[in-house]
Amino acid sequence: MDKPLTKNIEEGRAPFNFKQYEAAGGYDSVRKVVTMAPNDVVTLVKDAGLGGRGGAGFNTGLKWSFVPAPDGGPRYLVINGDEMEPGTFKDRLLMENDPHLLVEGMITTCFALQSSCGYIFLRGEYTVAEERLLAAIAEAYENGMLGKNILGSGFDLDIYLHTSAGRYICGEETALINALEGKRANPRAKPPFPQVSGLWGRPTVVNNVETICNIPGIVANGVDWYQGLGLGEFVGTRISGVSGRVNNPGCWEVPVGITFRQLLEDYAGGMQDGYELKAFLPGGGSTDFLMPEHLDLVMDPGAVQKAGSRLGTSLIMVLDDKTCPVGCIRNLIKFFAHESCGWCTPCRDGLPWTEQMLDKLEEGTGSLKDIEILKEMTGYMGIGNTFCALAPGAMEPLQSGLKYFIDEFEAHVDHGCGYSK
Amino acid sequence: MVKITIDGKVLEVDESKNLLEEVLSHGEDLPYFCWHPSMGSVGSCRQCAVIEYANDEDERGRLNMACMTSPREGARYSIEKASQFRAQAIESIMINHPHDCPVCEEGGECHLQDMTVMSGHNYRRYDGKKKTHNNQYLGPFIGHEMNRCITCYRCVRFYKDYAGGTDFGPQASHDNTYFGRWQEGPLESEFSGNLAEVCPTGVFTDKPFSKHYVRKWDLQTAPSVCAGCSVGCNTNPGERYGTLRRVVNRFNDEVNGYFLCDRGRFGTGYVNSDNRIKESMTRKSHDADPYLASTEEAKAQLQAMAGSAIGIGSPRASMEANYSLKELVGSDNFYAGISALELGMSKQILDIYGSRPVNVANVVDIEASDAILILGEDLTNTAARLALALRQSVRNLGKQMARDMKFPEWQDAAIRQLTMDRKSPLFILSPHSTRLDDIAAHVQIGSAADSANIGFAIAHEIDSSAPAVKGLGKDEQALVKTIAAALKEAKQPLIISGTGSMSPALIDAAANIATALNTEDKKANIALITPESNTLGLALLMGDSTASLDDAMAGESKSAIVLENDLYRRAATAHVSAFLNGIDQLAVLDSLKTKTGEQANLVLAAGTSFETSGTFVNYETRAQHFYSVFKPEASIRPSTFWLSDLTLAEITQACAQSIVGGEGMSHLTPDAEDLVDMKGMKVPRQQHRYSGRTAMRADINVHEPKQEQDEEGIMSYSMEGISALKDATVFNTAWAGGWNSNQSVFKFQSHTGGALKQASNGQCLIQSTAKDKTWSEISETNDVASDFQAFPLYHLFGSEELTAHADAIQEKATGAYIALNEADAEKLGLQASDGVTVINDGNNSGSVPFIIRSSIAPGSVGISVGLAGLDLYNVAGSTLSLEKDNTWTAPTNWKMNNIIVSDKGAV
Repeated sequence: MDKPLTKNIEEGRAPFNFKQYEAAGGYDSVRKVVTMAPNDVVTLVKDAGLGGRGGAGFNTGLKWSFVPAPDGGPRYLVINGDEMEPGTFKDRLLMENDPHLLVEGMITTCFALQSSCGYIFLRGEYTVAEERLLAAIAEAYENGMLGKNILGSGFDLDIYLHTSAGRYICGEETALINALEGKRANPRAKPPFPQVSGLWGRPTVVNNVETICNIPGIVANGVDWYQGLGLGEFVGTRISGVSGRVNNPGCWEVPVGITFRQLLEDYAGGMQDGYELKAFLPGGGSTDFLMPEHLDLVMDPGAVQKAGSRLGTSLIMVLDDKTCPVGCIRNLIKFFAHESCGWCTPCRDGLPWTEQMLDKLEEGTGSLKDIEILKEMTGYMGIGNTFCALAPGAMEPLQSGLKYFIDEFEAHVDHGCGYSK
Repeated sequence: MVKITIDGKVLEVDESKNLLEEVLSHGEDLPYFCWHPSMGSVGSCRQCAVIEYANDEDERGRLNMACMTSPREGARYSIEKASQFRAQAIESIMINHPHDCPVCEEGGECHLQDMTVMSGHNYRRYDGKKKTHNNQYLGPFIGHEMNRCITCYRCVRFYKDYAGGTDFGPQASHDNTYFGRWQEGPLESEFSGNLAEVCPTGVFTDKPFSKHYVRKWDLQTAPSVCAGCSVGCNTNPGERYGTLRRVVNRFNDEVNGYFLCDRGRFGTGYVNSDNRIKESMTRKSHDADPYLASTEEAKAQLQAMAGSAIGIGSPRASMEANYSLKELVGSDNFYAGISALELGMSKQILDIYGSRPVNVANVVDIEASDAILILGEDLTNTAARLALALRQSVRNLGKQMARDMKFPEWQDAAIRQLTMDRKSPLFILSPHSTRLDDIAAHVQIGSAADSANIGFAIAHEIDSSAPAVKGLGKDEQALVKTIAAALKEAKQPLIISGTGSMSPALIDAAANIATALNTEDKKANIALITPESNTLGLALLMGDSTASLDDAMAGESKSAIVLENDLYRRAATAHVSAFLNGIDQLAVLDSLKTKTGEQANLVLAAGTSFETSGTFVNYETRAQHFYSVFKPEASIRPSTFWLSDLTLAEITQACAQSIVGGEGMSHLTPDAEDLVDMKGMKVPRQQHRYSGRTAMRADINVHEPKQEQDEEGIMSYSMEGISALKDATVFNTAWAGGWNSNQSVFKFQSHTGGALKQASNGQCLIQSTAKDKTWSEISETNDVASDFQAFPLYHLFGSEELTAHADAIQEKATGAYIALNEADAEKLGLQASDGVTVINDGNNSGSVPFIIRSSIAPGSVGISVGLAGLDLYNVAGSTLSLEKDNTWTAPTNWKMNNIIVSDKGAV
């Protein structure tokens, strides 16, 4: 099976430098793309059916097509490398171990968008990725893949790396843009969408790292090749992973279309001895719990949605039978409450209150009334009620936890948490 | 307009507005926090939630914020169905809010209280700890109690986004978001007082008010007009127990909208000051001991002077007071009480307003302007409210971009993001840097004469029939072309100048530019700023007379009546003293003790604008009536009482008939018959909840005194009378059921944020109907053969006579100083904070500290105006030389740190 995302990655070996990367077929997509019409590239990516890998899964080419026609002013590509979703570490793998792939993807994408400026907004803690990306960008400049008149095509491009000061909310694309401009990382009102008025008020596309790493392969090898990578009706590959008490936690490039069970058993080696799977979060801390009966679902946004959750980043977090679900949820809510930007009321003031009630339950001072209010909170902070998706995301593990583990919540009322810590 | 249905009710609404303002305009109650009619929507508080239905079949609908929703034709909404969400939102807003309403100054006029009740949140379910914050010292104007904050972001949206402040903002995040300065210290914005009104609860409070606080409902109030400058902002001052407690904004869409400057809000301490003249005094001669005069005795003595005395009027006294003095002494004996230069410029402005094809800009016009040129007027310090308006004008480019992209103007944050730093062009020609430089496309530093030359050249560039200027340099010529092109291209160009530079040529240049811009379908806006609250009114009263203070002082009269005027603030000490020493009979009517008053034989205790009624005429010639807020001690009387036997209404009418355009002044107050069918009732100055009426004087006498009577006006000093909800022709305090805060003003507006339904906006007395273009000739500007060309430097805090007496203003004020640029300072061997002696025409004008300001034209010296310590007046064109004074030491109260903030680096 082709693994376009991780083909150059080998554990224990330093990432390819420019020469090695080029020898392995790297930068082919750039050589090809400069001979194409930009709009044809957009159509190609749209036809390939690549879904955004940041969690929402929106068709990447379609997103690009919303950018208005060039008006002579600047337009931007911004790479969202602020990977802060709990339990998610796929972009780190790509940026640390094959930085040229991202750079190549950005060049190809910028050509399609007719943009001459790209930014990588990188999570501040990713210092290794920072170092390696900077080196790759420098090499790309040295070898004429960045800068003026790339490959004699008349196409100019500069790429800048920006390391974040570190807020989860910077993963929200408009908050990211604010942060990049040096402003408070609060989300912006939409419309206008970034494609129309984004960075510095100009047309801007914000894409996830993994999404853009798919572009070189698609452009170099075409739609049919890309679609052939998936299983059955599904297209392409993606990085999925597992954390929790499994035998072999990690992340891997998998064909789109495998089931959760395949991921958990074939890749992660199943549960550790003495632990049983109680539930799992399918794609990061802001997705609803799925139960063991959902293991045979295909890892596809549509299928997961039908089961009441979201595929999200497709890196699953395993909850075992020796870990308290209430404590797990409290831990997540504590994170989200702390990461609220403070802009809108439900998130800013609702999440800390939610956290306080979960604390009480864990300590054994909670009441049934608290559980009632927790249920109320999941509606209050539901989708559409808040300014951005942070609080609704935070409510997902809580609302599904209250559905699947209500007995355990209620058991906490009199006795607190009975799990050993 | 589109038709929508809300909870079954069909409403016709404006689709260019958001649903919240439309719902409010139709009288519905919908709670909100972060939205503000002047600041638009950002959607942060989530309080104005409604349900929007996709179509007729949709039963469930989706929750949307009304403030972020454009009403759609035929759409169906429900306020009712979102009530649970709104209750949840207010409940979570309130989890950290302290239970301190009984000791909170906002209590009783708290928007948060109102919205909490409206949203139906009664019992607290949150039982955790509340967040607490440290409070900051923010200077003499604003108190800070962060624990009350509900994080609606209104403060920062006003302070930074709307008013351009840079020293205050949001810090930290999540439920620990903090609004303050980066470190403790006085707020630098000249508009900080608005925080107290913009904040929906008691985080930011009026600090001077705190020192003698009473509840809103215990204040006796009346519609008033600020006497702090020539803008004439509408205010609503409040009194209790005979002292003036505070001033808040009174909405007038054409003058001040929702906002006041800090001089107007915090500059009223003089009313309660120890420096007040509380009783009339008389004495036989200059050196005899004064004794108290009874009201009758004092008035009789004053009236007895009528035959022989000259009268000196005042630009800070009402039309009625000035007119009464004029009538008492006779037109031939009436002098304007301002210098010949100032009177000349004021009349020049009246002439321009009347004879040129221009539109005199009010605040609405200013905010709608899309290209602006300022000639030599430091607006932030001479007419601050207009500087705030200009910060909105430069956003018009962004608003146009938004319209082009088809998103609505109320999307405040979105438009700011779209526009970034792009602004409508603002050009400033000035002898020094100003607070508006940060929004200017270009600032040209030069003397008034240079600026006037550029101005005349711009007029000629726009319309070649305007007189041409010779000898402009290459750079100036390029600048002239740039500015002319921007003004010509604009849909609504605006020219601002005024008396600030004391340069008639500059005003002429402004007039020529505005005239040149006139085309068949476009009239340029012009605003010419005058120094005081009634300067233009005084100039109107003078009619054809040019009798100025200079003329009065040059005369031979032995008897003079001076109305509300300290002559020592207008001319050199030696000059005024020589004049007053030659006067045998000097009567002074004033509210404050002045140096002029010290020399009087007869001092009459006059009421301030808070204790009297009358008319001021602002920079636009807008006549506005102010009502007395309270009756002071019986010994203090309005100047009109001392000067005339007529009633105020009779004086107003007589005055109106005596001046050009006076017709507009004669209908500023309603006749009793005009009010609703409440015959015999007046408009109450006290709220229906006014408390303690029978008890407040019980420590003096247990008998309830008769209510004070207002013999002359439409208002009464009582709680009873016509409710504003029935008839708001006299719009006093805004209040409506469930809306106890100032937010209730929308109940009195024809449309939320728009004009008031009933109350008078005042009347502009002069409105040009001229079609033909006439030009001012270019006056020969003779190069002043002096070491340094002087220009005036104004201070919002300190340059105005009355407000400078307020404690809070004094804390922000500085002593007199002069300023040079660095190179000139070096030439003179001066260092910042050295003492410098100013020699004017060979006379020593005193020693003052010297500072360096970065942007001052070479060869120019800035002279602070109206600040204590420098005996130098009408400086423009003066021959000045400067000498270092090695013996000078700084006075203990001299504060350097209050000098223009934007120029701080150079101090």
